[in-house]
Amino acid sequence: MINIFEVNETNKMIEQEKLDVRTITIGISLLDCCDSDLNRVNENIYNKITTIAKDLVKTGQEIEHEYGIPIVNKRISVTPISLVGASCCKTSDDFVTIAQTLDRCAKTVGVNFIGGYSALCSKGMTTAEELLIRSIPKALATTDRVCSSINVGSTKTGLDMDAIRLMGEMVVATAEATKENDSLGCAKLVVFCNAPDDNPFMAGAFHGVTEGDAIINVGVSGPGVVKSALERCRGENFEVLCETIKKTAFKITRVGQLVAQEASKRLGIPFGIIDLSLAPTPAVGDSVAEILEEIGLESVGAPGTTAALAMLNDQVKKGGVMASSYVGGLSGAFIPVSEDHGMIDAVAGGRLNIEKLEAMTCVCSVGLDMIAIPGDTPATTIAGIIADEAAIGMVNQKTTAVRVIPVIGKGVGDTVEFGGLLGYAPVMPVNTNSCEAFVSRKGRIPAPIHSFKN
Amino acid sequence: MKKAIITVVGKDTVGIIAKVCTYLAQENINILDISQTIVDGYFNMMMIVDVNSAAKPVGEIITELETVGKNIGVVIRLQMEEIFTKMHRI
Repeated sequence: MINIFEVNETNKMIEQEKLDVRTITIGISLLDCCDSDLNRVNENIYNKITTIAKDLVKTGQEIEHEYGIPIVNKRISVTPISLVGASCCKTSDDFVTIAQTLDRCAKTVGVNFIGGYSALCSKGMTTAEELLIRSIPKALATTDRVCSSINVGSTKTGLDMDAIRLMGEMVVATAEATKENDSLGCAKLVVFCNAPDDNPFMAGAFHGVTEGDAIINVGVSGPGVVKSALERCRGENFEVLCETIKKTAFKITRVGQLVAQEASKRLGIPFGIIDLSLAPTPAVGDSVAEILEEIGLESVGAPGTTAALAMLNDQVKKGGVMASSYVGGLSGAFIPVSEDHGMIDAVAGGRLNIEKLEAMTCVCSVGLDMIAIPGDTPATTIAGIIADEAAIGMVNQKTTAVRVIPVIGKGVGDTVEFGGLLGYAPVMPVNTNSCEAFVSRKGRIPAPIHSFKN
Repeated sequence: MKKAIITVVGKDTVGIIAKVCTYLAQENINILDISQTIVDGYFNMMMIVDVNSAAKPVGEIITELETVGKNIGVVIRLQMEEIFTKMHRI
């Protein structure tokens, strides 16, 4: 039988170490909403989402209350809209109406984000995909809760450099379209390589075409719990360190598994996966950077950071897979700058730069995330940054992503406030040497040799 | 059986257990186990209870127990048992 020490340990994790379930995300297939009439498509989408997800928020709150575990976000992901709108959208503005419908759905059911304003064009763009991509600036400027993600490459297909070049332009255009709010639109736009179909985390969540009609995916969290556990093994060897991280990850994941099963049972929607990511928040004590510093770095960004992060990421997975039979999504430590106060401090103090962050993305999920850069950064430079990240993902057979915010009207030394879980960030310098001639080449980068496994 | 864990933490005073038990009896909640310690003058109690035949839905009982706690100056929580068993048992 459970004893008082175990009960106190769990409650201490929740109360003092900020253990929470970061998100319950319902993935909803919209493939059956397709029609040649745009109005009918919008109507079908609205009806389907508001029917399937109508009890999501209420159920989430009930689980939270009964188990005493905070569930921070309730969210929805949908089939990539480039597919759903392909037969009815003749212009980019047609796609924008679907974004507005999604926004309306999110507000009706009370979720804070809805993801899936997406296109998967890892090898080439269809006409509809290109129209959707070109609609992103307006779609994100005229909606509040819609998130957009574009997959521009994969290990199997190589990199679609035409899509990458276009995304460089769209990131700048989105920043420009939302410049009144510190270019906030770019915080809801992520460019992927090897995007997973079942990611519950925003801004990159979408409901892949390989999925069923509806599914529940859960993202756990708990950097604070890992950090507290590591405080108790200062000076110990790596074996003890790894054991501690694994055990902690197991406990965190079990809570996620419980919440996922309960939500699945109560909503009558099958359980998909648990995403084992350590997701930080801007709150003190909820930071991945702090864990790395607890492991023994003076500051995140110091030599040794990549090795420490690689070890952390691997141990989190090893502990997590034991706790849940179905693990998926991104599953790795997140290193967003604006959402992690340890990262923010390191950047503000000049101890962490984009190049080191890029190296860190080689060993963890997910990529250059929530990084504010100068507003006058050229689109071709952003395309170069995307191409670099995508190449890391392609060659290492992992998911990588770019979510950078060129803050219009701001430069290095300024700070940007995004608010809430999105946090705040100092604007970081970007290498100013041009890559224009490189990214202006047409076509794609072929798949790497080790992708030919058949 | 539908087990839940009640924890009571706060400054020790006369009648804490009595008040909690009175409430549980009134709502038809059976107590299966009680353990209690005092750490640095702080009262720390854990009860395992069966809420299967409780008079009200669990959500309401949680809220009412919080109120009972506020009236006697301690923090009372009721959580379904699985959050602890899932975390601490393989």
